[in-house]
Amino acid sequence: MRGTLTVGAGVVLLLLLALFQPWLRFVSTIALSTGLAVLGIMLLLRAGQVSFGHALYVAAGAYTVAFLRPYLGEALLLLLAGAAVATGLGLLVGLFVTRYRDIFFGMLNLAFSMVAWSLLEKLYSLTRGTDGIRVVRPSLLGLGLDGPAWDWALFLLALVAALLAGGLVARYLGSPAGSALGAIKTRETRLEFAGISARRVLLQAYLASAALAGVGGAITALATLHVTPLLAYWTHSGELVFVAILGGTGHVLGPFLGAVVFELVRVHAAAAFPDAWQMILGFVLLVIILSAARGLAGLLDDLARRLGGRG
Amino acid sequence: MSAPLLAARGLSLAFGGVRAADGVDLEVAEGEILAIIGPNGAGKTTFINMVTGYLRPQAGSIRFTGREIAGLPPRRIVRLGIARSFQIPQLFTEHTVLENVALHLAARSGFWAAFGPLLSAERRAEAMALLAGLDLAAVAHARSDQLDEGARKLVDIAMALALRPRLLLMDEPTSGVAAAEKHAIMDRLVAALRREGVTAVFVEHDMEVVARHADRVAVWSQGRILAEGPPAAVLADPVVRREVIGVEGAPC
Ligand SMILES: Nc1ncnc2c1ncn2[C@@H]1O[C@H](COP(=O)(O)OP(=O)(O)O)[C@@H](O)[C@H]1O
Ligand SMILES: [Mg+2]
Repeated sequence: MRGTLTVGAGVVLLLLLALFQPWLRFVSTIALSTGLAVLGIMLLLRAGQVSFGHALYVAAGAYTVAFLRPYLGEALLLLLAGAAVATGLGLLVGLFVTRYRDIFFGMLNLAFSMVAWSLLEKLYSLTRGTDGIRVVRPSLLGLGLDGPAWDWALFLLALVAALLAGGLVARYLGSPAGSALGAIKTRETRLEFAGISARRVLLQAYLASAALAGVGGAITALATLHVTPLLAYWTHSGELVFVAILGGTGHVLGPFLGAVVFELVRVHAAAAFPDAWQMILGFVLLVIILSAARGLAGLLDDLARRLGGRG
Repeated sequence: MSAPLLAARGLSLAFGGVRAADGVDLEVAEGEILAIIGPNGAGKTTFINMVTGYLRPQAGSIRFTGREIAGLPPRRIVRLGIARSFQIPQLFTEHTVLENVALHLAARSGFWAAFGPLLSAERRAEAMALLAGLDLAAVAHARSDQLDEGARKLVDIAMALALRPRLLLMDEPTSGVAAAEKHAIMDRLVAALRREGVTAVFVEHDMEVVARHADRVAVWSQGRILAEGPPAAVLADPVVRREVIGVEGAPC
């Protein structure tokens, strides 16, 4: 119940931001798409595994939109295609990396993403290298929108995708398969003695995380209408982990809270201190880790508990 | 006599120079409760590890319901109906006791059921009933890392029971349990096993517990079975008394 209320409040807040600050509509869309990718990171963190390469799947979603746009004019279809390609890639890589744990898991993911990044940079005739690919604005649900109408439509699309994904992931985490993720973190061998394949459990989460990152990447491509290899670069993967920890892994709201705060700090700090915004982000994370290990979602939960306890 | 549920023949396994199993022959009949006794390092845990697929014997065979299982991975063996508990409890420490048991109950259900709610009303009731049977209802909602050693041991057994095995292997179920509670706990446990018709093998250091609850005893010493038979006869055997029970006084 409290969760539903909090989600409702968050949605209203985002809508208000988007309504009164047109440029925040774009920032919010980007934050939601980042949040989608971070939701996948959170699933892996539940199993105690940190991927330093998930920007690979964001890029897969985004480049799928860019490559298919000449042949496909509908944003929703592009979005689905982005998710499908990222999931397929996730299956190929996942079958391999889910054999490994901890630092090996993290580094193998990093390695795959670096291969993808260098291919995107080097195969100029296909990808236009570091220049990237411009994406012609598609229609949405058959409507040819532009200007503020397009911004609104895309923002709402991102919001619906986030609510849908958040709901599905919350359900998943409350299921035996989701619960087994925490068991991988604490006592993986016991899972095998329960007749459950830890590798299969982790692969399922990995596929979900690739799909979520793919959707996030597709929305990013639709919002920026430009994709570059930087989407797959390791610093972007690191950002996703950063946001996951900032937001907290205890609740599906965490990734989105983290992403909104991250994007807002980035935008404001970058405007005020162009040379030092990363430092400010670093300090924000430091304060969160030292004062609230459960992230922003944990802080919010404590606050709600305290208010609820008093009232 | 009908074919045994479990039949081990000539099981051998050495770690370097240590012969943890040195030609073990053992049969367990359906419905029987068998105690394994023997000094520390005799190879009792190694036997359980081989039967449950954690260790592969270097020689010998293990048949369960007539089927060869030696060398199969734990996951496959569990699905055939053999569950175990551990000498050192192996719990999912971020989960509550209820969730630990529920996850084991859910382990038997199919692929799609793995994505339904873990704590469905039905499964919650089944888990609570199982916990109540072991007198654990009061700690159902505690995180499993907040329990004392005795309770952790029992939760570990509850998890194995939740798999609804035909054969349950328990590695020292009462070690770490306060002496005063031992008998009460074993009474409940054995009653539950007999009620459900579960065949059980348990490693035990307390001879009173063995005498009271086991149908048969097998005595381990240096990777071999030194003696086996009804508790009264085996526990009275002078060789067993000297070799095994004599050194049982020291806590291990
Ligand atoms: N994984 C292992 N690696 C090396 N030695 C082992 C291993 N497991 C058991 N052993 C050795 O095998 C012998 C039997 O051990 P164990 O089966 O644990 O005895 P028990 O359970 O009867 O106390 C001991 O000497 C022990 O040190
Ligand atoms: Mg032992």
